[in-house]
Amino acid sequence: MRATRDHLGRPLVAVTGMGVMTSLGQGLDDNWRALTSGISGIHAISRFPTDGLSTRIAGTVDFLDLPVQNAVERSYAMAQETTIEALAQAGLSGDFNGPLFLAAPPIEPEWSARFALADRAGPSEKPDDAYDRFLAAMRVRPDPAFHEAALFGSVSERLSDRFGTRGLPVTLSTACASGATAIQLGVEAIRQGRTDRALTVATDGSVSAESLIRFALLSALSTQNDPPQRASKPFTRDRDGFVIAEGAATLVLESLDAALARGARILGILKGCGEKADLFHRTRSSPDGGPAIATIRAALEDAGLGESEIGYINAHGTSTPENDKMEYGAMSAVFGDRLPQIPVSSNKSMIGHTLTAAGAVEAVFSLQTMQKGTMPPTINYLNPDPAIMLDVVPNVKRDAQVTAVLSNSFGFGGQNASLVMTAEPA
Amino acid sequence: MTGTDRDVVITGIGIVTSQGVGIAPHEALLTADTAPTPVLELEKLAPYPVHPLPAIDWSQQIPKRGDQRQMENWQRLGVFTAGLALEDAGLKDDAEACGRMDMIVAAGGGERDIKVDSLIVDEALKRNDREQLLNEKLTTELRPTLFLAQLSNLMAGNISIVHKVTGSSRTFMGEEAAGISAVETAFHRIRAGQSTHTLVGGAFAAERADMLLLVEAIGAHSLHRWLPLWSRAEGEGGGMIMGTVGAFLVLESRAHARDRGAKIYATIADIGGDRGARDEGRMERRLERLVEPARDRASDTVIFSGASGVIDISQREKAALEAALPGAALRGYGGLAGHSLEAQFPLGLALAALALEAGARVPSFDPAEAAMAKAASHAVVTTVGHQRGEGVALLLAESREV
Repeated sequence: MRATRDHLGRPLVAVTGMGVMTSLGQGLDDNWRALTSGISGIHAISRFPTDGLSTRIAGTVDFLDLPVQNAVERSYAMAQETTIEALAQAGLSGDFNGPLFLAAPPIEPEWSARFALADRAGPSEKPDDAYDRFLAAMRVRPDPAFHEAALFGSVSERLSDRFGTRGLPVTLSTACASGATAIQLGVEAIRQGRTDRALTVATDGSVSAESLIRFALLSALSTQNDPPQRASKPFTRDRDGFVIAEGAATLVLESLDAALARGARILGILKGCGEKADLFHRTRSSPDGGPAIATIRAALEDAGLGESEIGYINAHGTSTPENDKMEYGAMSAVFGDRLPQIPVSSNKSMIGHTLTAAGAVEAVFSLQTMQKGTMPPTINYLNPDPAIMLDVVPNVKRDAQVTAVLSNSFGFGGQNASLVMTAEPA
Repeated sequence: MTGTDRDVVITGIGIVTSQGVGIAPHEALLTADTAPTPVLELEKLAPYPVHPLPAIDWSQQIPKRGDQRQMENWQRLGVFTAGLALEDAGLKDDAEACGRMDMIVAAGGGERDIKVDSLIVDEALKRNDREQLLNEKLTTELRPTLFLAQLSNLMAGNISIVHKVTGSSRTFMGEEAAGISAVETAFHRIRAGQSTHTLVGGAFAAERADMLLLVEAIGAHSLHRWLPLWSRAEGEGGGMIMGTVGAFLVLESRAHARDRGAKIYATIADIGGDRGARDEGRMERRLERLVEPARDRASDTVIFSGASGVIDISQREKAALEAALPGAALRGYGGLAGHSLEAQFPLGLALAALALEAGARVPSFDPAEAAMAKAASHAVVTTVGHQRGEGVALLLAESREV
């Protein structure tokens, strides 16, 4: 009889289904093939004109057939597709009957919707009165589709109906750590004994002119537009910002007991989660990396693993000057002299920064790394930053069996979350 | 003392509504003999009445001007009210406790820059290359700090910065349901020993044309004047009057509260949320199931209903509660404070906890509500989302003999 409880007597949480979508394609197989071949999904933006913009590249998902071209429809469609894939892999059909934890971007009305309102509203009567006119136009003719598209609860509502999840779904945002937080909430719910299974989904289809420009104004984006696939270069000396991207991932979490009882295939164990908020600054991390260090340590402690047991790190690795330096410092503090011996790669070198989805997308790839015995590379590692002494699995994948992986996610607003995943058997 | 170590108790309350700042004005209205007078702003956003922000000195909870400038009123109100809750719990200056404290914030989005949006749509009316125009104007007109003031998770981010709450930081979204899930999640984490103390709550700024637009898209606002909550059908429009609200709670395990000698307002005995189609009595059946834990002691219960005012849904909620909990006293607090989306459920818990702690015979807020013969020892808090989602909490008064 194998153990189904962890070192603290809590139920072990198994992953039994995974689905993923990025600019590299739809589905885990296609993504994994591209990722391990060192292929980049970053391309010139075609969704909107980019003339005059300093950043003209992104990892948008442009291959989906959407009923309407907007961020809500795109985010929903990606989440739906990755969930269909994950449930199929888990061998679950019919109502899911467990809670839904959804990481979704805070989506505001599209500019096209504002323009449409302005077109049917009266002319300006005084300065800065656009919203007075919008309101007057809405009084004449309400627009329930506008309402639904602007509600933050609309994507989880549709997912709940589509997949038959139980109770009130949680829609969350912890910025660039959101995907990891969704998984953490699922793990917690199972450990609480409230449920045997949880559906954790993260999606972000929110790249638009405004979102791109907002990040550009914070000097967060790479401006090395040509060639696009070379722009994201984590841990290099010439890294100059992240590449904004879209994607989604779904993980089916189950108590190991329940998964074994129904004969499910175990893809890995979600062994530990850690978090710690940073109070230093709205967009910058504490220079000493204190909160990131505490986050990684908390995840290891929650997992009941020592530093020496981690065989691979899926880095946050955004390719911004500051993140990569801070993340390296935090990893150095935790892993010490052994860090150069631990392979650390950044999926973002190929798929860009999928923002809200990143933590879950990268958790899927972390589990796949253990499943396949292959570490995806950090591409564009041509000019190493001499201050960052890491084995980044440079440019070419590496075959190696690992049994415990750490995945980091850090975000604006002092958000930090780390996940520790282990191979089956736990 | 009754209860177990992992009971979830309320030990800190931060509250701001149009009725005033902090506990004092709210405790006064809960213990008054007669219905309080609602505070309305009728002109500024006409034809939409709103319950406005009261006079407030931000620097009392956000001492640095630089921090205040990094936010707009929505985030300021959340950070301010979180500070009130921490202060009330006696944790404001306890760096060690705040460093371990968990946080779940129920958030919408921050203020749009109305000037920039107006500039762009006005210019767009004259041009055909609207996408090009967007690139030009957004690049030159958007203020980087306003992006951060708009980001949902930056209310929590600012609470970390200003009040040093850093154990964890999670932001839930999704209108009323976000507030329900935030408290529900904090409750289950504490019960399971995953957290010892959690700051939970949210804020809503009603005096925002960008927010009013959302609700007007389904014609749900009451127009021109205030009417009692349960009588909104008599007026023009859809029944909702938005209210500026900040509501935060400090939740703790009983053991954690006892060890530090904290004052306990009330225990959260049960909490649940659900969603789904609302036709053919489905919403009523969910509500009935959610209030089931309160059924035994209905005659000793005051119900704080967060009904939004949306005419049909609010009437159905009222009927369902009256049927499920006969003898309980119903109080629709949205009639007094307005509807506040994400903050609505935390506000209901704050009012209920204050009422229980004060042993209040809560005056009726509305002509359709019956007087209470005596103080209740149980409180039910409901929030039925204006579009979706329902949540119910059951609170118990602390034993009054010391």
